[in-house]
Amino acid sequence: MTIALIGNMALIIALCFALAQSIFPLWGHFRHNVYLLAFARPSAFGQCFFILVAYFFLTLAFATNDFSIAYVAANSHSSLPLMYKLTAVWGAHEGSILLWIVILNAWTIGFSFYKKDPALLPLVIAILGIISLCFLCFLLLTSNPFLTTLTPQSGQDLNPLLQDPGFVIHPPFLYTGYVGFSVAFAITQAALLRGVLDHAWAELTRRFALAAWCFLTLGITLGSWWAYRVLGWGGFWFWDPVENASLLPWLSGIALIHVLVLVEKRGMATGWASLLAIITFALSLLGTFLVRSGVLISAHTFANDPARGVFLLLLLALVSTAALIIYLLRLPQFLSSPRLPFSWRSRELALWLNSALLSLAMTTILLGTLYPLLLDALHLGTISVGAPYFNKVMLPLTLVLMVFMGLGALSTWTTATHTPPLWPVLIKKALISLLSATACLWGSTGQLAIIPLLALSLSFWVILSAATAWRSQPGMTLAHTGFALLVIGLMLSSTLNEEREVRVKPGDATQVGPYQFIFLDTQQANGTNYHGIRANFAVNKQQRHITILSPEKRIYTVRDMVMTKVAIHPSIFRDLYLALGEPLDAQYWSVRIYYKPFVRFIWGGGLLMMIGGIVALRPRKENRKLA
Amino acid sequence: MNNIHRKRLYYIAIFAVGFSLAAGLILYALKQNINAFLTPSQLLTHALPTDYHLRLGGVVQTGSVVRDKESLGVDFIITDFKKGIPVHYVGVLPDLFREGKGVIAEGSLNAKGVLIASQILAKHDENYMPANVYKALRKNTINNGENKQ
Repeated sequence: MTIALIGNMALIIALCFALAQSIFPLWGHFRHNVYLLAFARPSAFGQCFFILVAYFFLTLAFATNDFSIAYVAANSHSSLPLMYKLTAVWGAHEGSILLWIVILNAWTIGFSFYKKDPALLPLVIAILGIISLCFLCFLLLTSNPFLTTLTPQSGQDLNPLLQDPGFVIHPPFLYTGYVGFSVAFAITQAALLRGVLDHAWAELTRRFALAAWCFLTLGITLGSWWAYRVLGWGGFWFWDPVENASLLPWLSGIALIHVLVLVEKRGMATGWASLLAIITFALSLLGTFLVRSGVLISAHTFANDPARGVFLLLLLALVSTAALIIYLLRLPQFLSSPRLPFSWRSRELALWLNSALLSLAMTTILLGTLYPLLLDALHLGTISVGAPYFNKVMLPLTLVLMVFMGLGALSTWTTATHTPPLWPVLIKKALISLLSATACLWGSTGQLAIIPLLALSLSFWVILSAATAWRSQPGMTLAHTGFALLVIGLMLSSTLNEEREVRVKPGDATQVGPYQFIFLDTQQANGTNYHGIRANFAVNKQQRHITILSPEKRIYTVRDMVMTKVAIHPSIFRDLYLALGEPLDAQYWSVRIYYKPFVRFIWGGGLLMMIGGIVALRPRKENRKLA
Repeated sequence: MNNIHRKRLYYIAIFAVGFSLAAGLILYALKQNINAFLTPSQLLTHALPTDYHLRLGGVVQTGSVVRDKESLGVDFIITDFKKGIPVHYVGVLPDLFREGKGVIAEGSLNAKGVLIASQILAKHDENYMPANVYKALRKNTINNGENKQ
């Protein structure tokens, strides 16, 4: 009971601090009162402290098995390993919203140390305070993690799907990414309020958006890896609405980062950039709404409560309307910014095209995700939009995007004094990439299909042209190469993939790709909170022993839930993936075996993109000289 | 028409062409890949053409699961406790597939009225059910939970 009491108190005090943090500086800004502006930093620190206290006590409740708290009882069990107890804090709705607020506070404090500009800081902190205030209200009113139950229980255990190292780390990174865009949003809103959309604003926004984007990239990559390991279908991306929700801000985040370069270097497209900052933040909120409202039938929605959905939807509507009104008030100012030059080899146009294409991609995904929801809400029937829709639409868009990715890296600013001849370079690079792609594809598969060939040569094209900028923009080179590797991984793993579902008994052998899988035996395999069966398979390639794979079938006793623990033999160029199905009669088991070439390239590409983003975070050369 | 006007026209033309291309592509892809989500009762009242791709949601009827002795084939009935639809599937079933639990089968009906499923989805939340069924069964689950202790 004491933990619940302290937790609630801490949350309410934090709410008071959030009020002070948001109201006083804004008031001070309009009244030109320095004393009111000075409230911003101390109250942000106060809020952060009490949020951390609340978070600490919730963790303590999990660690000490305090099942008098309903949230702990619903998501933990005394037999759960300690690591999963500590991470179960964000395993369900209430705790993950608390984590959201903790991360928002961390970003706020981080910003207040990074930029001590007295004109900008209080306003940005005030806007972040408003966001925090909204989420604290949401937490306290609809999803308080410190509610107590009158009937103490023994705990219902953490969802077994979430008991995996991949899960343990991916939500914090994903949330750090989501929430990071709210800093970019706050900086932009503060700039809009002040009417100063200058070089410094663009640089600051770009760096925070880039940092958030790096976290989001890592979070999505880890999430995809988790799905691959845990769900047992060998898939890494399901176009599930929740996955789409994370992809939407990711895409518009990329567009934002690129347009901000245009603003920084040439003072163009300020209006478009600030609109993108608003859109990206709104999409992060939409993501939270989609995941947490229960409106979606999805693999990831763990909590269903209509009140929460309505609250979040209202919040989303309110924040984006307010932001757009401020934006519209400043609209006349944007129209005076310099026009985009119409030269097809200019970098200005390339950056603008990039944002247009990415916004288009974002819109198609948004449409496919929201269309079923809209129809359902209007009582026009229940439908689902399948993965083929997304694949079909995203494939041509990605290919077109890659053509321009290459061109963009080779393009030059219109202000450049020296423009090297473009055509010879262009033709040379295009030919090299086409030929090498043909050689690779012919060598590995012995056949040439048009789409893999196109995707592969465009990937080489992107890498080749990105490499030319290695000295001046290493971050861009790395990130573009990462994207190309991702596309190579996606394309080759889907074309060369081999899978078989078989019915086997010990002693049987199955051939998948160049590998032979021999079913040896089964044995008992029990853990602290589950009991299970392990099957052993020997893997040979042309009589040469490769490894033993031991997939498991587990029954988690508390929830009475069956789980597949897949066995994977990873290597750079191929994965062997084995998932145990179910026991059939007389020693027979159903088994799913995959041979997945190049699947590691997908996550490798994701990581490389993130590293590229981190490298690009360094201050630019000319700015370093100024400082 | 001066230079600036011409440039603006270029932009508008590019934008219009790009936009209509994208819209056409999206609509085409959407039309091909929308699956209706139906319950067994709804499926029986609609006269659907064979080969119509759909998602059928309901509960696996207790005692209806029959496995093939030789292959990975399995037959079962999806019910909404009013009507039932027989389903045939070949392959490994998801972990959470169980009699009396919620399931979604994706596929199309054959001439005999059997749903030939290309994919079986079981909701990852073990308590997932279609909304109306869920309400009716909720009491029982709560009672079971108390008995366990």
